[in-house]
Amino acid sequence: MSGSPEDRHTKKRMGLYHVETAGDGRSTLKKRVFSVVVLSIAAMIAVSALILYHFYHSYRDKTYAHLNILVEKHRRDIDSFLKENLGAIRFIAKIFTFDELRDASFLENCLMNLQSHFNNVFVDLGVINARGVQIAYAGPFRLGKALYTEAPWFKKAIQSEYFISDVFMGLRGLPHFIIAVRENHNGHAWILRATIDFVAFNNLVESIQVGETGLAYIVNRGGSLQTKTRADVMKEGEILTILGEMEKGRYGQTYITTISGRGGNKYLYVAALLKDGQWLLIYRQKISDAFREYNHALRVAIAIILLGGVCVVAMGILLTSRVTRQMEKGEREREAMSAQIVESGKLAAVGELAAGIAHEINNPVAIMVEEAGWIEDLLEEEEFRESKSLKEFHRALEQIRTQGRRCKEITHKLLSFARKTDSRIHNVKLNQIIEEVVSVTAQRAKYAKVAIEKNLQEDLPCLRLSSTEMQQVILNLINNAIDAMEPDGGRIMITTRSDQNALVVEVEDNGPGIPEANLARIFEPFFTTKAVGKGTGLGLSICYGIIKKIGGDIEVESHVGKGTTFRIKIPLPVARGSATLSATSDQTSDSDRMNRGV
Amino acid sequence: MRVGDCSVLFVDDEIDFLETLLKRMRKRQVEVFGVESGEKALVFLERTSVDVVVLDVKMPGMDGIQTLREIKARYPMIEVIMLTGHASMEAAIEGMELGAFDYLMKPMHIDELLYKLEDACKRKEIQETKIALMNEKAPAPDER
Repeated sequence: MSGSPEDRHTKKRMGLYHVETAGDGRSTLKKRVFSVVVLSIAAMIAVSALILYHFYHSYRDKTYAHLNILVEKHRRDIDSFLKENLGAIRFIAKIFTFDELRDASFLENCLMNLQSHFNNVFVDLGVINARGVQIAYAGPFRLGKALYTEAPWFKKAIQSEYFISDVFMGLRGLPHFIIAVRENHNGHAWILRATIDFVAFNNLVESIQVGETGLAYIVNRGGSLQTKTRADVMKEGEILTILGEMEKGRYGQTYITTISGRGGNKYLYVAALLKDGQWLLIYRQKISDAFREYNHALRVAIAIILLGGVCVVAMGILLTSRVTRQMEKGEREREAMSAQIVESGKLAAVGELAAGIAHEINNPVAIMVEEAGWIEDLLEEEEFRESKSLKEFHRALEQIRTQGRRCKEITHKLLSFARKTDSRIHNVKLNQIIEEVVSVTAQRAKYAKVAIEKNLQEDLPCLRLSSTEMQQVILNLINNAIDAMEPDGGRIMITTRSDQNALVVEVEDNGPGIPEANLARIFEPFFTTKAVGKGTGLGLSICYGIIKKIGGDIEVESHVGKGTTFRIKIPLPVARGSATLSATSDQTSDSDRMNRGV
Repeated sequence: MRVGDCSVLFVDDEIDFLETLLKRMRKRQVEVFGVESGEKALVFLERTSVDVVVLDVKMPGMDGIQTLREIKARYPMIEVIMLTGHASMEAAIEGMELGAFDYLMKPMHIDELLYKLEDACKRKEIQETKIALMNEKAPAPDER
């Protein structure tokens, strides 16, 4: 009666199927975790990008505004420096006469006064006549009687009231620039010229230093440098572009642009027009320097994103592996359970089938038995009394009746397996049912030399189930135990106890036990180890069906040579008043009687 | 009252079963009739009065329970024994609740059936006697 090859094959297939679903579950889980990881990283990046974007814009605006103010301030400073110095020279040219100034010692005096009042900004002073000859000079260089007729600055200076030159080398061979003021003396133009200390002027511009790379310089419209600077000067084309852009706007406004310089460095340029638009104050700073704080923030943000990403991924992996482990565990449990479900499904299907068969078989059997009875009736008549085979007829008919009864028993058992017996639910006391069943089986147990012992826990709560069915379950278990121990006899121990939210009944015997091969099949319908005609193989499957129907559990534990224990767990009714639970069985039997209309 | 003095109506859709049963009953000197459906039983009862009806529970058309209901409504004095072809305890118990005298499971021993019939007849006789006595003690208003 071991499992047929087909059976084993089916089970194997079932097993495989479950493994496959487990794998699917794991891969979908991985996909899910992956998408969660991706989503959270994406969200992190999106939020960071948004914040950085806004931070970048406000930081850029702030930086630009700051640089604008800086450059504008210096533009004003330089412009006022130039105007102040120009004013001083114009003042001298106005209040002193040509004759006074052409006197070298007077000029020297003037220079000394200027130097002491203007922080040594003025290097020298010169008086030049209309022909370009320097007729007087005061200063450190020996430039007396120098001829400036061809000097570009002289040509411009003689044509305008005052003039500030670009930086040039001139006769002295040093970079400098001059302020020239034209005056008239007896119809002849003359020029008072002052040289501005290049270092003093340069300091004005060099003081604009921001960060590591921020510096300023001045160029004229031709692109030649008016200050000394460490930086590469802008190309002329670029200067023209800037000038063009600036002339579109108002004079005095600053202009900001970014230009890629050599070596791939991007530079931020801030330009402002100086000296009535002749000079350009240019402030230059590496973008990376100007936006150093922003870049720092960017790096921190990227670091946080990376770190967060790593954390998310790590958590994802950790979570996946943990959940996967749990799923695997659950899968194993579910597998075991689904095997049980398949088993009970099979039982239910067989139950339906059995009910159908029972109905169909029962009527023909009834007719057969009835016909046999009719024959028996006829045999009573005179004409058959003398028949030699009368005895044999009676025996045969008796046999038909016996076998008919056997058929009836089988069909009735089949039908009770299909749960067509009295399944109405009452409050029942488990211990009382057991006492009743034990008293019913006592006689049989005595003949089989089986001692039935009880260890019943007092005050067990009432159960809500069909007492007939419960009786059937206990009866089947006790009968099976007695059958198993015949003819040597033995001991049956029936235990009841409450366990959390369930009642537990154990029917334990010390019989020969059930071999492992049979253990898995004992709840299958028609599985029996009893001799043909002795058992229908339905008893335990009926028990199984009944216990499962009331939401309980039936388990078997068996050791060959030691004995078998059947353990039934019946859940207690949930959330019911204690009054219902403690309802006595007297009331139950009362209601029974009422139900029966007695 | 012996069974022999009783008249019994058997209602069963299994003609073969019914006929054999009728033969055996007649051989035992019981006055029996047989019909094969609940509807026919009701028609039969309109013409002929019987003491006991033996009803199969499972029949096509009007089933045993319905027929029982009708019989009990029209002829409350008739005793009914339910005959179940299957172990439908619910139906049998429902039958009992509806006033059936008892029930038997097919296939049954002929003697068992005879005892039940005898019991049913006795019960009917007792009931009728009681009612007769009651009527004597307290005659109906319209008789005054």
